[in-house]
Amino acid sequence: MHSRRRFQFLGIVIIEFAATMCAPQSPAQAPPRAAQPAEASRGGNRAPDYPVRRPAPPEQVAHGQQLFKSNCSFCHGSDGRGGESGPNLVRAQLVLADQHGELITPIVQNGIPAQGMPKFSLSGVDIAAIAVWLHSQPLSDRGAPSTLDILVGNAKEGEAYFNGAGHCTQCHSVTGDLAGIGARYEPKTIQNLIVSGGRGRSFGRRSAGSAPPKVPPTTVMVTLPSGQTITGDLDHISAFVVALREPDGTYRSFARHDSIPKVVVTNPLQWHLDMLPKWRDSDIHSLTAYLVTLK
Amino acid sequence: MTRTAKLLLLIPFCLPRGSLAGQALDPGWLTKPATDSWPTYAGDHSQRRYSTLMQIDTTNVRHLSLAWVSRLTAGAGGGEGGFFGPPAPSTMTGGVAENPVNIPGSTSGSPRLSGSILQVNGILYISSPDNAWAMDALDGHILWHYWWKSRGGTHVGNRGMAMYGDWLYVETPDDFLVSLDAKTGKERWHREIADFSQQYFSTTAPVVVGDHVLVGTGDDLDAPGFLQSFDPKTGDLQWKFYTVPMKKGDSGLETWASLDAAQHGGAQVWMPGSYDPETHLYIFGTGNPTPAYTARVRAPGGDTNLYTCSVVAVNVDTGKLAWYFQTSPNDTHDWDSTQPAVLVDGMFEGKPRKMAMQASRNGYFYVLDRTNGEHLLTMKFSDASNWAAGINAKGQLVRNPEKDNTIAGSLVSPDNGGATNWYPPSYDPPTGLFYVVLRELYSMYYLTSKDPRMIMGLGGSEQVGVGSLGTSIAAIDYQTGTVAWRYRFEGSAGGFGGATGLVTTAGGLLFANDGSGNLVAFGLRGTQRPVPLWHAHIGSIENAAETYTVGGRQYVLVTAEGALYAFYLQ
Repeated sequence: MHSRRRFQFLGIVIIEFAATMCAPQSPAQAPPRAAQPAEASRGGNRAPDYPVRRPAPPEQVAHGQQLFKSNCSFCHGSDGRGGESGPNLVRAQLVLADQHGELITPIVQNGIPAQGMPKFSLSGVDIAAIAVWLHSQPLSDRGAPSTLDILVGNAKEGEAYFNGAGHCTQCHSVTGDLAGIGARYEPKTIQNLIVSGGRGRSFGRRSAGSAPPKVPPTTVMVTLPSGQTITGDLDHISAFVVALREPDGTYRSFARHDSIPKVVVTNPLQWHLDMLPKWRDSDIHSLTAYLVTLK
Repeated sequence: MTRTAKLLLLIPFCLPRGSLAGQALDPGWLTKPATDSWPTYAGDHSQRRYSTLMQIDTTNVRHLSLAWVSRLTAGAGGGEGGFFGPPAPSTMTGGVAENPVNIPGSTSGSPRLSGSILQVNGILYISSPDNAWAMDALDGHILWHYWWKSRGGTHVGNRGMAMYGDWLYVETPDDFLVSLDAKTGKERWHREIADFSQQYFSTTAPVVVGDHVLVGTGDDLDAPGFLQSFDPKTGDLQWKFYTVPMKKGDSGLETWASLDAAQHGGAQVWMPGSYDPETHLYIFGTGNPTPAYTARVRAPGGDTNLYTCSVVAVNVDTGKLAWYFQTSPNDTHDWDSTQPAVLVDGMFEGKPRKMAMQASRNGYFYVLDRTNGEHLLTMKFSDASNWAAGINAKGQLVRNPEKDNTIAGSLVSPDNGGATNWYPPSYDPPTGLFYVVLRELYSMYYLTSKDPRMIMGLGGSEQVGVGSLGTSIAAIDYQTGTVAWRYRFEGSAGGFGGATGLVTTAGGLLFANDGSGNLVAFGLRGTQRPVPLWHAHIGSIENAAETYTVGGRQYVLVTAEGALYAFYLQ
């Protein structure tokens, strides 16, 4: 999903719906993605970053799970991720280094008396099955989206905010552009749209068949020293160049020297940008609760 | 003694320092301010990235022009190889994998050159994940290419090489430290530095201090962080400093829910540190605790989780902890504190101080006394940063729990990339200002699991970018605790513009990437906003510019899109 290299940022404001999927240097130092070996492949022909164990026969995995539940889960939790007295085994260094139970077997058969782990008279075959099941457990859901219900807000308060303090009605209407939005998008997508205003390199998950929201482009007006003005959709801008597309599609660019030519950029989502430092999370949540009712 | 013998004895003292050492690096250069060479990650051990060179200055920088471009290719075919150009040197191959994992940018194609480049005695030494080159600094001619056949690992970047005499050191994503002969590129030895099965990966530049090669590594799963010191000659391990408690009795264990939590607690050392020759302290930053996005399994009572998200000083000879300062106790946002601790001697509240300064990923700037770790200043350099409820009596940030990852979603700045990140800042003594690239982005942070036991490593969080106020250079006045100015890059509101680092020079210049494909030379004007005096559009710039002298001429070197660009005054 991510690109290691560069992104073209076109326009003065680009709001990334998928910033965490695209950041060149995101969580910790690495780009975000599934850390689990089985999911480590980034699509296409990219090989996984870390060793992938060959999938075991399902009956061996099921056998291992059964053995784990009856022998190990009391201390280590039914999912192996730690319990009252035993540590998380899925991420344990020894389990990660183990291939076929060869490191786990002596621990199980001999116990670790100093740490309160008893020994178990399980056969090598059984312990290998336990190892296979442990190795089948996902290590991390890094990059996976939330599937939890995010709706906590009060729809009535959201409606009041929409029509009052939020000034949303200056641009939006529940019978116009937002009509039926609750049927078009998932609640989480609606919530993200409330904050971002809807422009992005990629668009979040949405209900099948619904199109991304239409966001008017950022425009620019360039005034030359002669007084002539050129107006169009902003293509790109730096301290040295401004470039635009005129309504007929003609591309034009101008060198910039200090304040010549005069450049005025108009971003229709400016309100959403200006709100970023001001939002209260409770207002975002209430607005979401209200907009999802617009079916 | 014969007259001839006397003369021979005198010769070494008469030769210019370049030819005295041949190609080799004189270790004495490492502790001096960056001048004609660039012998270590940050030019010198202070990490100021301030060059005393002034041949290029505010009056003539507009005449800066291209000296040469040299484009690199990764993998087995990684020489020059241009159809009409000079022949490519053959590639020397190392590595433990028979069939290397196919990774564009490592096994083929254009390498990502996001690290520092060494310049020693007219030779450039360049690295990218699994690749290393030597190049003539006068014309970009490639002298040799070394390629490591990789068994995998996260190939996010490589921050550069270290040099000791005639030997080079580079880390590989699959966790080896490789030593090369600088003259030939031939491998001297390689040593495994971390357990690949635990998903360690190694990107950082090693740092040579005295007879130590200091080596950090990284991991995004629940594994303990550490810094290691290797013998530059033999590659033998000299010491290993764990950044989290690993056994009963280790200091800091009381700040964890359990020993098991501490042993899986992260605090990776994935960026190079600074070195203070007076105190023999190596000063570096540590990464986030793991699991990153919930504290419930590692610090249920609000424990601090030492030594995560900290500036840490160890004695370079013994590997023993001297002091630490934790910037983000009990972190839940992945606020690595691995950014450079920049060493500055200057006045603080009317008294001369030996300081270490860090602009941290969490949006705050810290000043410490580097001799003992005493906290001097904490200030916010990102206006947008909204995750903290306040600053405690120790100068540390206190989290606002409402701005954690929450099931309903919280609007948080910085986004996961941080207010700043790996890109080097610069401290400029004449102005007394600390320059850092500042990103002001926002994300919605969602917690993806109600059961904290399900959350490992960097899992458990969905973060959706929802807006940006842009990317800037922020000039921090550490004496007043204020931002003297911000220069926001136009067109940078997408967020990544300019985020590859800075360098300043005694010529009154600051070189930066404007995020629109331009290398820009700014004229510094103290506490007034700087003005762009020169720029060149070379595409997506990948590292912080460097400057040095070769053959009496000052060069500015930077990478973009897999190529090196060298500029000088024609």
